Amino acid sequence: MAYFLNSSIGKKFLVSLSGLFLISFLFVHLTANSMILFDSSGELFNRTAHFMATNPIIRVVEPILAIGFILHILYTVILTIQNWMARPIGYHKQQRAFSSTWSSRNMIWLGLVILAFLIIHIANFFWKVKFTGDPLLGKVDYDGVEMENTYHLVTTFFIQWWWIVAVYVIGAVALGFHLTHAFWAAFQTLGWSDNCWRKRLNALGLVISIIIAGGFAIIPLWVKIASMI
Amino acid sequence: MDLTLKVWRQADRKSKGNFETYQIKDISPDSSFLEMLDELNEQLIREGIEPVAFDHDCREGICGMCSLFINGRAHGPGHETTTCQLHMRKFKDGDTIVIEPWRAGAFPVIKDLVVDRGAFDKILQAGGFISVNTGNAQDANAIPIKKFQSDEAMDAAACIGCGACVATCKNSSAMLFVASKVSHLALLPQGKVEAVRRAKAMVAKMDELGFGSCTNTGACEVECPKGITLTHIARLNREFLSANLKP
Repeated sequence: MAYFLNSSIGKKFLVSLSGLFLISFLFVHLTANSMILFDSSGELFNRTAHFMATNPIIRVVEPILAIGFILHILYTVILTIQNWMARPIGYHKQQRAFSSTWSSRNMIWLGLVILAFLIIHIANFFWKVKFTGDPLLGKVDYDGVEMENTYHLVTTFFIQWWWIVAVYVIGAVALGFHLTHAFWAAFQTLGWSDNCWRKRLNALGLVISIIIAGGFAIIPLWVKIASMI
Repeated sequence: MDLTLKVWRQADRKSKGNFETYQIKDISPDSSFLEMLDELNEQLIREGIEPVAFDHDCREGICGMCSLFINGRAHGPGHETTTCQLHMRKFKDGDTIVIEPWRAGAFPVIKDLVVDRGAFDKILQAGGFISVNTGNAQDANAIPIKKFQSDEAMDAAACIGCGACVATCKNSSAMLFVASKVSHLALLPQGKVEAVRRAKAMVAKMDELGFGSCTNTGACEVECPKGITLTHIARLNREFLSANLKP
């Protein structure tokens, strides 16, 4: 096992598995977030947030999710540094765009943009809801169940500051480009690809990228624009 | 054709090296790229300058000896061609052509455009073979092999080990080379016997020699003069994974 994890393919294997796990998380997250779009009173989203915060399965998965993020980031950084070291002297002229896509060549940079976004995002919401609390985070009562007004915190953020909306849209777009390459590549690294599946997985990866990037970008824009009209 | 050539010159392994610019005139568009370099060297010899060292052997696209990173691409412009099969008609009169050696830590420059690709030999020595007792060859049809498998094995076996995959990969990864060797042997009954040991040994040697890892950009298959596809890398990943799952 130690040998496997030390090998380049073993490390990539972990990156792929953690990456696919993170994609599944994105779908859950996007589904929960989309409740913002369907109920402007905020009750639907608050109930969803309350459910997510109290559901035992979600509680168990949360630390696994954190491990998934850490593994994915740690191993990609290690692999990228090793890959940089593999070519000490570069080319004077190289036509990279001819043979590969922009996303596939810039996964580490897209990943770092997403990481920067993630830190801002956690500081904005997760940290406040979970640990520190916030003046914007009042209590609401639905049918006798008291819960935090997460909807108010989230929408106030987007309505008050344009730059927060911009940061969220940039984060979503970077994630979208990251996923256009990531989805098929994860299956390729796990060995589940051939000439036929490659086309299918790439097409599916594109659809997933558009859903994830579009979905996460629309929510802050929607909240902001809805507040102005 | 009249051309300006920007060529990497490096006296030996330890020298720093730099680009030199040469003018060359009256090159036939029908000459091959290596013939053009031969003419350059004739000119340099006449001028009392040390000729440019470059690798070549069969000059018919099957030996894998020629290399060269031409105008930013491994084996230059052209699809599924080696440098020796690249012809000057792919260029225009008055062009400036930048010629560099393969760049990878595992492929050190020996002189000018010649790199040491011994690392590939070491990977093959680690497991790119089958152990069979010598003797009379078996009848060709004694071991039935599915058409799909023989086709795939043949496609993989087309690898000539030129190193264009490593040269063009942003990570200097040798995965396409290793994949083609593992794939062509693992698909056939003779190679299956040692499949577990082979996948582990070749990947370990590849890592040890300082090649990067694959990030699936697909640049290798675009530049491979033999059209070897990423499907073989997927098979290598499968082989390596299953080899590590077996006791």
